[in-house]
Amino acid sequence: MQNTIYQKIWSQRVILNLIFLLLLAAPLFLSDFRLNLLGKFLAFAILAIGLDLLWGYTGVLSLGHGIFFGLGAYCMAMYLKLEATGGGLPDFMAWSGMSELPLIWIPFQYPIVAIILGILLPAIIAFMLGYLTFRNRISGVYFTILSQALVLVVVTLFVGSQNLTGGSSGLTNFNTFFGFSVNSATTQTAFYIITVIVLGLVFFLSRKLVKGRFGKILVGIRDGENRMRFLGYSPSAYKTFIYTLSAAIAGLAGMLFVLQVGIISPTMIGIIPSIEMVLWVALGGRGTLIGPVIGAVLVNAAKTGFSESYPDIWTYFLGLLFVLVVVFLPKGITGLFEKWNDRRKKQDVSSSVEVEKSYS
Amino acid sequence: MSQAVLKLKKVIVDFSGFKAINQLDFTVKPNCVHFVIGPNGAGKTTLLDVICAKTKATTGEIKLHSTKELSKLSEDQIVHQGISRKFQAPSIFQNLSVIDNLEIAMKQKKNLFSMMKAKWTKEQKKKINEMLELVGLKEVKGQLAGSLAHGQKQWLEIAMVLMQEPDIVLLDEPIAGMSKKERDKTGELITKIARDRAVLIVEHDMDFVKEYADIVSVMHEGQLLFEGSMEEVQNDPTVREVYLGRKVEENVVN
Repeated sequence: MQNTIYQKIWSQRVILNLIFLLLLAAPLFLSDFRLNLLGKFLAFAILAIGLDLLWGYTGVLSLGHGIFFGLGAYCMAMYLKLEATGGGLPDFMAWSGMSELPLIWIPFQYPIVAIILGILLPAIIAFMLGYLTFRNRISGVYFTILSQALVLVVVTLFVGSQNLTGGSSGLTNFNTFFGFSVNSATTQTAFYIITVIVLGLVFFLSRKLVKGRFGKILVGIRDGENRMRFLGYSPSAYKTFIYTLSAAIAGLAGMLFVLQVGIISPTMIGIIPSIEMVLWVALGGRGTLIGPVIGAVLVNAAKTGFSESYPDIWTYFLGLLFVLVVVFLPKGITGLFEKWNDRRKKQDVSSSVEVEKSYS
Repeated sequence: MSQAVLKLKKVIVDFSGFKAINQLDFTVKPNCVHFVIGPNGAGKTTLLDVICAKTKATTGEIKLHSTKELSKLSEDQIVHQGISRKFQAPSIFQNLSVIDNLEIAMKQKKNLFSMMKAKWTKEQKKKINEMLELVGLKEVKGQLAGSLAHGQKQWLEIAMVLMQEPDIVLLDEPIAGMSKKERDKTGELITKIARDRAVLIVEHDMDFVKEYADIVSVMHEGQLLFEGSMEEVQNDPTVREVYLGRKVEENVVN
């Protein structure tokens, strides 16, 4: 028994390391175009891990993670935009009749500040919303509705403030990052490698967090929040922390996304993308860390494949996929693996029993 | 007897007009198995609720060790004051193993940052092993709590309460749905744990109360009707009237 558990952990670790190495080596065998796409998917995968910490482990469903992703993305995009204009006024500001750089844009001249804010801003907003709602014991579907409201508010704000955010066309036309041309293949490969490393780090740290006692407490909060109170825990503190953490991770993912995709606009961070993000986690398998990664990559690969050949059908397919997952794969793809593993184990046991019988 | 560990004074719990507990004075003494009985709606479970802060007292005071006022504290703060509660339906974490359940229940710093750094100590491991031994769950320690038998779930929850090393244990119908054998085992366990703490139990099963009670409190319409040994309770005419009445008559007829 003990042995098989060790074997399981060992093989899991080996598989994870292999996947990581394979991803790192991808630039050697993928075309620049495909590599860029994979990088984008992996940025989504980073977000999905954070979302799963919140939903799969702690049981808090947020339908508003597009916003945190968007805040990170916009922070990075603002820096890239200023870098492209060479300190001048971005084009859309000139069009809307502004003559001076607005105050909130000024910190984004500095890349380090932009990167820090790209993580910090989503975290602060999540912390404030989480603190207020969780402390007042607003949870379940009420929290989910609030998170949707947040998306509506922020998207409306972004679209409405044309002169500050570029409105519905968003921010694009970037040139350089730390002086490197963002459009060159080498820089893009570097962005890809950074994304893989960040994914590895986020995965590793999340794994450390959920494998220990902390993870058991999160599961406890998911399955019996009230009972946890009577064990002496304050679930609101844990939920606020995880919400903040997952928002920060989403911001990080947003920054990596913008670097590789080169555009961010309100439609990429709105309600539909926010729901899609939850779907990645559900399809991959919530409550596991590898599940959301698989889900994010698969769904987005399917999306790209479909929109290359049949752009109109994608949304129908997405809806169908969601129904199929809910009905047939409530535990997602990783749930399927588990089932398969269990069956194999049972077969092993029964065959060994038969062996014993034949010898006795 | 020695000083009271917990004292309720003129506590009222008002559910929008209905007084589930009405001007109740109540005392819990240390090292006693203290049963609370009474007809349905007498306020027994509400009494436990108000002590562990599941329900807030509308007025009145609840004093721990005659100094610390509890009625303003939240549920988790009460736990850290040394009062632990077991609910009627076993509320354990089905998706965690038996040992994991005890691990998160045990007495330790339970705030966010200490928990992030939490590591097993030798002492903690020892305590959990002792507890598994005490409640007889050693064989199943690796199993998911959801896969346990009903009685085992009840013991697991009692074990989770005890892992918090409380001064006062509140139990709500701990033997509900147990077989005779399981009941005896639970009774022994309760006697054992009351050696160094107060145990307050809400129970309907009179035979069980009779067998294990040191003190019995009878509640009626949110107030304390009578308090004493089970024998005194059974011989008290007012108690007979409101609660045991019918049962006693039945016995007479039989």
